[in-house]
Amino acid sequence: MTVYQPPGNSGSPASFPSRYENWIGGEWTAPAAGGYFENPTPVTGQAFVDIARSTAADVELALDAAHSAAPAWGRTAPAERASVLNRIADRMEQHLTELAVAEVWDNGKPVREALAADLPLAIDHFRYFAGVLRGQEGSISQIDEDTVAYHFQEPLGVVAQIIPWNFPILMAVWKLAPALAAGNCVVLKPAEQTPASIMYLMDLIQDLIPPGVVNVVNGFGTEAGKPLASSPRVAKVAFTGETTTGRLIMQYASQNIVPVTLELGGKSPNIFFADVAAAPDEFYDKALEGFAMFALNQGEVCTCPSRALIQASIYDSFLGDALERTRSIQQGNPLDTGTMIGAQASNDQLEKILSYIDIGTAEGAKLLTGGERVDLGGALSGGYYVAPTIFEGDNSMRIFQEEIFGPVVSVARFDQFDDAVSIANDSLYGLGAGVWTRDMNTAFRAGRAIQAGRVWTNCYHAYPAHAAFGGYKNSGIGRENHKMMLDHYQQTKNLLVSYSPNALGFF
Amino acid sequence: MDVANRVEVTGMAAELLRRLADEHGPLMFHQSGGCCDGSSPMCYPAGEFLTGDSDVHLGDLGVAGMEPVPVWMARDQFAYWSHTHLTIDVVPGRGSGFSLEAPTGNRFLIRSRLLTDEELKALRT
Repeated sequence: MTVYQPPGNSGSPASFPSRYENWIGGEWTAPAAGGYFENPTPVTGQAFVDIARSTAADVELALDAAHSAAPAWGRTAPAERASVLNRIADRMEQHLTELAVAEVWDNGKPVREALAADLPLAIDHFRYFAGVLRGQEGSISQIDEDTVAYHFQEPLGVVAQIIPWNFPILMAVWKLAPALAAGNCVVLKPAEQTPASIMYLMDLIQDLIPPGVVNVVNGFGTEAGKPLASSPRVAKVAFTGETTTGRLIMQYASQNIVPVTLELGGKSPNIFFADVAAAPDEFYDKALEGFAMFALNQGEVCTCPSRALIQASIYDSFLGDALERTRSIQQGNPLDTGTMIGAQASNDQLEKILSYIDIGTAEGAKLLTGGERVDLGGALSGGYYVAPTIFEGDNSMRIFQEEIFGPVVSVARFDQFDDAVSIANDSLYGLGAGVWTRDMNTAFRAGRAIQAGRVWTNCYHAYPAHAAFGGYKNSGIGRENHKMMLDHYQQTKNLLVSYSPNALGFF
Repeated sequence: MDVANRVEVTGMAAELLRRLADEHGPLMFHQSGGCCDGSSPMCYPAGEFLTGDSDVHLGDLGVAGMEPVPVWMARDQFAYWSHTHLTIDVVPGRGSGFSLEAPTGNRFLIRSRLLTDEELKALRT
């Protein structure tokens, strides 16, 4: 086990400056109005870096830089764009531990997750899009003997990307890699809760990207996010967040007639059929781990398996084992590689989780474990820690219907296959789901019947590039993590070509 | 309260609303669902967020010294929330999204309780 020193202490792998300006046109650029805001680490609650508090003027500056860079970047040979992405991946890999510690300090997640998931996935994402970019082909349609339709993919131009705070670097890379691969320039706004680690990354890779191709503007949603999302100078807006802001972004996009892709969260069911308990073997152990996945990243995942549905015939015994598994989750210093659950990302997030624990209890759900803020003592006393929490209740309760975005799972029982599917689908959302069974037919039938964009089958919370990720129903529009994402960042140019020497004979 | 309602505001939240109204004019809320900063009330300049047939008007917050603040929620979300009473409160923090209070270092927060049978009956009539 390793305990990393916090940034700012000697011996820490990562070190932040006292302030970050914006990254615009390949230069650190002070915000036009001169304002900054303090960024606290959720690990201790203490501020550690000042961040540019940008306004519309800074967004315009970033759009100027992006528009200047876009024509040349869009014409760059695919091999050259792929090389840029690969070089970014290599640089990140060389600095993986440093980036992981920076990410933990900004977001509060346990460092073992940043080391094993966030950073390796982000690195692989650049490599994946470097690869599929080289393999992308247009198509040709033979219309008739003398006429052929060519389809070329062309970049959109300058796109806006608004990033959430739960996986600051990984979510930025999910959006950056396909946009850059497709030949676009980007103006990106990180979340105001986690604005620092993306700047840390930009500092590290700044020499690898032509000026203006990636521009990062920090600030508050109402002051910097809105001018970006509503700008008539962006050709597309990509957003990960919640439904009301998603609607607002669609509303702005409708005024500019530009496309959006939206990832808006979920309330993912995790279904355990009785046969998982047919033997007390490795598979049963894997299924219990699948239940405990609600605690990954402190539950701050759009696909958190926050509704566990357990078949009645194994309900008591499985839930008993799941409780034991949950109680063994180690909560502690996020910089300790032995820690399994860290800090919630912000104080308001902590308060929201606690308010949901209140309403869960008020609605009559039974609190089986957790349900409280945790004081880890010492410097960590000021951090935002919540105990992994299990409620037992009914799918009509609000804790079964709303995304709490904390380490809280609501458990219900079901009798038959059809009950499981009907409870699973009784939700406004359809982003993720889990199905656990030893029966192949049950697995496929359930997976196809659940209205969700991603159904993990005998696994959960894996996010490999090359597996499409995105939502049904209120969970959003578009798919990330797959080469089809290139289409979301390109438009089709059709050349309709006749090689007949003869007139049509119309005129 | 002698008249049943679905939504109220705490004194602290009302005070913040007054400050925001001084700067931005009349205000509105739309209750969000989903990811990240979802499940939180979003405060906008009145009319900034387009509401329509897909929304339910939960009520208006009466705050002395400013115009009433309408509170909206998506109709499909209301189907799951209709049995609860909502109080808009405020806590220190930093929401993202485009809610107006974020730069003040505060975040509006929903506190909920179950509506009583009497309240539900009154709200249906």
